[in-house]
Amino acid sequence: MRPLTPQRILGICALLCGVLFVVCVVSLRMGAYPISVRDIVSTLFNVATGRREEIPVEFWQVVFGLRLPRIALGILVGASLSTAGAGFQALLRNPLADPYVLGVSSGAALGAIISLIVAPHTVGAIQLAAFVGAASTITAVYFLGRRGGQLDSPTLLLAGIVAASFLSAIIMFLLTMVTGSELRSIAFWLMGDLTAPPPTTNVLGWLGFLFFVFIVAAGAMYTTSSDLNLILTGEQEAKHLGVNVNRVKFVVYIAASVLTGLAVSVSGAIGYVGLLVPHVMRMLFGTDYRMLIPTAAIGGAIAIVLADTLARTVMAPTELPVGAMTALAGAPVFIYLMRRRMR
Amino acid sequence: MSSGGGAVTLSQPILPGGNANLRLKVEQASYAYAATDRSAPTFTLGPASFEARQRELVAILGPNASGKSTMLKLLAGLLKPLSGRIEVDGTEVSELDLKVRAQKIALVSQESELLFPLRVWEYVLQGRYPYGRRLRFESDEDCLLAGNALAQVGADALRDRWMDQLSGGEKQRVILARALAQQPSLLLLDEPTQHLDIGGKVELLRRLRRLADENRYTVIVVTHELNLAAEFSDRIVLVHKGKFPRIGTPAEVYERGLLEEVFEAPLEVETGYSGRPRVILRATH
Repeated sequence: MRPLTPQRILGICALLCGVLFVVCVVSLRMGAYPISVRDIVSTLFNVATGRREEIPVEFWQVVFGLRLPRIALGILVGASLSTAGAGFQALLRNPLADPYVLGVSSGAALGAIISLIVAPHTVGAIQLAAFVGAASTITAVYFLGRRGGQLDSPTLLLAGIVAASFLSAIIMFLLTMVTGSELRSIAFWLMGDLTAPPPTTNVLGWLGFLFFVFIVAAGAMYTTSSDLNLILTGEQEAKHLGVNVNRVKFVVYIAASVLTGLAVSVSGAIGYVGLLVPHVMRMLFGTDYRMLIPTAAIGGAIAIVLADTLARTVMAPTELPVGAMTALAGAPVFIYLMRRRMR
Repeated sequence: MSSGGGAVTLSQPILPGGNANLRLKVEQASYAYAATDRSAPTFTLGPASFEARQRELVAILGPNASGKSTMLKLLAGLLKPLSGRIEVDGTEVSELDLKVRAQKIALVSQESELLFPLRVWEYVLQGRYPYGRRLRFESDEDCLLAGNALAQVGADALRDRWMDQLSGGEKQRVILARALAQQPSLLLLDEPTQHLDIGGKVELLRRLRRLADENRYTVIVVTHELNLAAEFSDRIVLVHKGKFPRIGTPAEVYERGLLEEVFEAPLEVETGYSGRPRVILRATH
């Protein structure tokens, strides 16, 4: 018997953070303007000692204006989607649940686009609208996915797929009303992309706001992690063991919708990360949600930063949407998991 | 469970009337199911009145859809009685805080499908959940109690196995171990013998009898097994179409006419070697 300890969780998270750091450094180096590790170190040194004027302007712009914010966004999006996926899997008691597969991402994207059309300059409106879109979609899919009062796995997934295609159709319709020049920058809602420019000049403040929302939502979900472990072995049994199942489900439902809305509001609908990463983390570190939520968050960050780096470089100078990269890896895994469950 | 027995004794309040052994008291409890809130009930249960003491094993007997499981849910506090009272250790069950309730009452139900693989010891440790605060990590004491629980059901060797690789009988024992890890005073079992062969059934009932004696549990079993119930229980609660035609010792309840009416089968009641009643099917061809 080797029960989970906080030390073990912290140790593994530190290890994963190390991996994330390495991936970030690699990502920072790669691209049309190559940067060596030595440049990065000397830059950091110059920044730390307040000698910013010694850094070439071009270099400064590439690192701090383009690549670092993009890496930060990748970390945020990956961590959010992955945590949301782990949450939806427990909430719906379905290992194939994922914000994208369930149509929640499409709902969030629709909300975000509507807010762009209605109130394009209100700060935070897009995140709020994306959250509302995500929450309403998961509610609709939840009720459509029931058969005879019980949540039915295939019906639920079908409901999600149908919801996704229906919502995507509405998005397409709305996109035709947008002028041609905006089309490229808005098309990423459909495929998932990290190239959208920050909406304000205060990039640091904007990132801070996004990470604050992430910490609150993921933290709220983490407080229910012991309860989720029991809910995964059966809702009725969890009730017998003293879990307030309705309260836990409500917290996870809100938190996972916020996280999906957050990710989609900055990157569009990136698929399969919320499915793939929690599964890999379960295989590596076990199914306990006290371990799974933080490892899935860091793992999701690693996955997206890695996928985005590949998306930027494999077809350089042309960039692929990061959503295409994750779908390339995620769709086969989804099929594999689905077939294994059917056996 | 060596340390468990002491804890149970401490939590035992002295009831008015000097009846310190009284564990469960059901007083005119009833329940009704209806399709909607306003329509007439489609099924009514009760009213039922009975008591159970420490170390007693009570069997709730009845044909399918007679209301046995509903009665068990009422006892577990998962349903609130429409009228009447159900008290455990002097407190109304449906008014207990969820975790406090789980410290007093453990319910072993027909198992549900596990979503992700889990090891036996992880599963049994879940029984310690009601004793923890939110996000609390399991202590050495929790592990000790979970280990004791596994030992008590003879499943020590299964500790590191995966739950989905156990046989029906092994799984049943592990599920029981998780309930024991809750250190309850009232142990409820919903048709625990369902997936077991005859050897497994006898073994389980013997084990429950022993647990009731050693741990001072009050054990309540819902079952179809007339003969096993007669052999192992102190008290029988007979349920038929939501009514309780008779409650008493096996000898009081096992009356040919009554059983034939309830189970709608030609039956014969005789006295077995143990002095307890025994039911056999009367040949009709």
